[in-house]
Amino acid sequence: MSREKILAAVKFNQPTANPLPDMEVLNTLTDVRTELLAKYKTIATAGGSFVYEVSGFDEIKTILKNEFKPGVKIISALDELSDYIYADTVKHEDGHTFADVELTVLRTNLGVAENGALWLTEKEMGSRVLPFIAQHLAVVIGKDDFVPTMAQAYQTIGEADYGYGSFISGPSKTADIEQSLVIGAHGPRSLSVFILL
Amino acid sequence: MSTATTKDHPHLAAEFNRDEPRVNWHDETLWWVRAKRDIAAHKLPEWELLRETASQIKLNVLSNLSTYLEQFEANAIKNGIIVHWAADAAEHNQIVHNLLEQRGITKMVKSKSMLTEECHLNEYLKEQGIDVIDSDLGERIVQLANEPPSHIVLPCIHKKKEEIGDIFHEHLGSAKGESDPKILTETARQHLREVFLTRRAALTGVNFAVAETGEFVICTNEGNADMGAHLAEIHIASMGIEKIIPERKHLGVFLRLLTRSATGQPITTYSSHFSKPQDGTEIHIVIVDNGRSIQLGREEFRNSLKCIRCGACMNTCPVYRKSGGHSYHTAVAGPIGSILAPNLDMKKYADLPFASTLCGSCSNVCPVKIDIHDQLYKWRQVIVKEGYSPKTKTMAMKAMALTLASPTLYRMGGKTGRLVFKYAPFAVNNKLNPWYNQREMPKAPDESFGEWYAKRKGAKNS
Repeated sequence: MSREKILAAVKFNQPTANPLPDMEVLNTLTDVRTELLAKYKTIATAGGSFVYEVSGFDEIKTILKNEFKPGVKIISALDELSDYIYADTVKHEDGHTFADVELTVLRTNLGVAENGALWLTEKEMGSRVLPFIAQHLAVVIGKDDFVPTMAQAYQTIGEADYGYGSFISGPSKTADIEQSLVIGAHGPRSLSVFILL
Repeated sequence: MSTATTKDHPHLAAEFNRDEPRVNWHDETLWWVRAKRDIAAHKLPEWELLRETASQIKLNVLSNLSTYLEQFEANAIKNGIIVHWAADAAEHNQIVHNLLEQRGITKMVKSKSMLTEECHLNEYLKEQGIDVIDSDLGERIVQLANEPPSHIVLPCIHKKKEEIGDIFHEHLGSAKGESDPKILTETARQHLREVFLTRRAALTGVNFAVAETGEFVICTNEGNADMGAHLAEIHIASMGIEKIIPERKHLGVFLRLLTRSATGQPITTYSSHFSKPQDGTEIHIVIVDNGRSIQLGREEFRNSLKCIRCGACMNTCPVYRKSGGHSYHTAVAGPIGSILAPNLDMKKYADLPFASTLCGSCSNVCPVKIDIHDQLYKWRQVIVKEGYSPKTKTMAMKAMALTLASPTLYRMGGKTGRLVFKYAPFAVNNKLNPWYNQREMPKAPDESFGEWYAKRKGAKNS
């Protein structure tokens, strides 16, 4: 019905074929040897993230214990943190039960220096809603896991098969009221990034 | 909430212009956003290459759109997504309503989608007894104020925080007189959290739909699209046919341009890629034409379908900044809206292509290099030819053409004008002359250049 009608109209009206542009220049333009880590730190911090360089998970635990009161609901699928937080298998059916989660800690292996974005898929999240519904979000990433721009980020992702994935570049924010920046719109009120050195 | 109006842009702009300090504030706020865009763009040496690449990708999309749409549909279905097609706004609204009705759902949460504004979905669903709550903070504010958004990226840019405080006091129970953006945002957060947790259906827009993979991408700063979609049983995503891009890697071009152009941020907080539904939930995509295939066939205007809805052309436009989004009386305001709207209804929107100085700033900031100001100029020609231009304007233009074509009439007209300015200034310096509003009329010289030149030549020869 409408499908055929729309496709026929589009086919009739579309211009003659124009080729896709070459992407190679954009892919290689950015000097990959630039100080990625320094650039990421500057941009992520400007975007409202707290960036920590840490030697290992013990240091992460120390920092988190300082920041979060004992007894609050903290969820993570990271085995390395199992003695500190609830690290059971997270299922998406539990989505609504995460409403009182104070902190969730996730792991990624792709960060983007030019915009502070961290790539997380459903696999790392456990439940899609978790990095949004938690009051605070922390992400662990290795120091060698950064790429310069989104061009390289999509090269890294390649043809990966995921049900859902998101680039997250900071805490949830809004500037809808008179362009005043407010951190903590609907999602996490803070994003802490732990870079494993 | 209806955007239907019989008033045209000049009249609505005049209403907006009654409060001069507010106009100046509106102007400056948007210019500040434009300046942030410049800073972000200038940080990338490859900016112009990005724009050119994006423009070429979109041209490729337009020339292969039917194939890409079928490819996207096939891949989305393979991913477990259910695809619907809507020829127009009415069919789109009906599809959404049917999906809700079949499941006995009467309440829905919705993130920003200009397409649903274009289709007047909220009004339609309200008539069907469905409660829709907009979850983007700016959209929630204008929804509570019973107004349409005035800007596609900054929906309540026309509202002062004190007014928002009053709205929140009335509807959300914030303290009277409270206008601190932080406190108001927290009030909305608490209110909307409850909404997210209790809605079985969520509707979102689509920023990009990838033909190669069948996935689609939604960009927000607040995380409201994700909060709604991940907690609902059914996620409905509405997209125009032009949202298609060929391959996943092309997102690497568009995501670099979108937010830098929109607000000067290097990327939105969330760029979420939806490929498959979560277990036990459904994702439905409604692919909407609503006049787009007609625009595709208008050779001079088809480039307008490249638009990625960043709003940069509005922020930079001297007319938009000083007349406000509502003066365009259409879902998408500003320069881009003024070339999209006449395609839908040339008579109703005949005024919009004239709401421009043709300065070209819009074309210069457009991340996909749409020739916006050229298209505005071309629409004017089409509209006059089709007989949709205002009668007074057409008459004035005809009189002007006649005068300029005849040296006698031209000299006579000039002389009369100078005499009127000199001896009867009240004839032009009055409210009946629209040029006199907000302007001082110039002092007329005693003689024209032609008269002066003839006299000088005569003096030299003698």
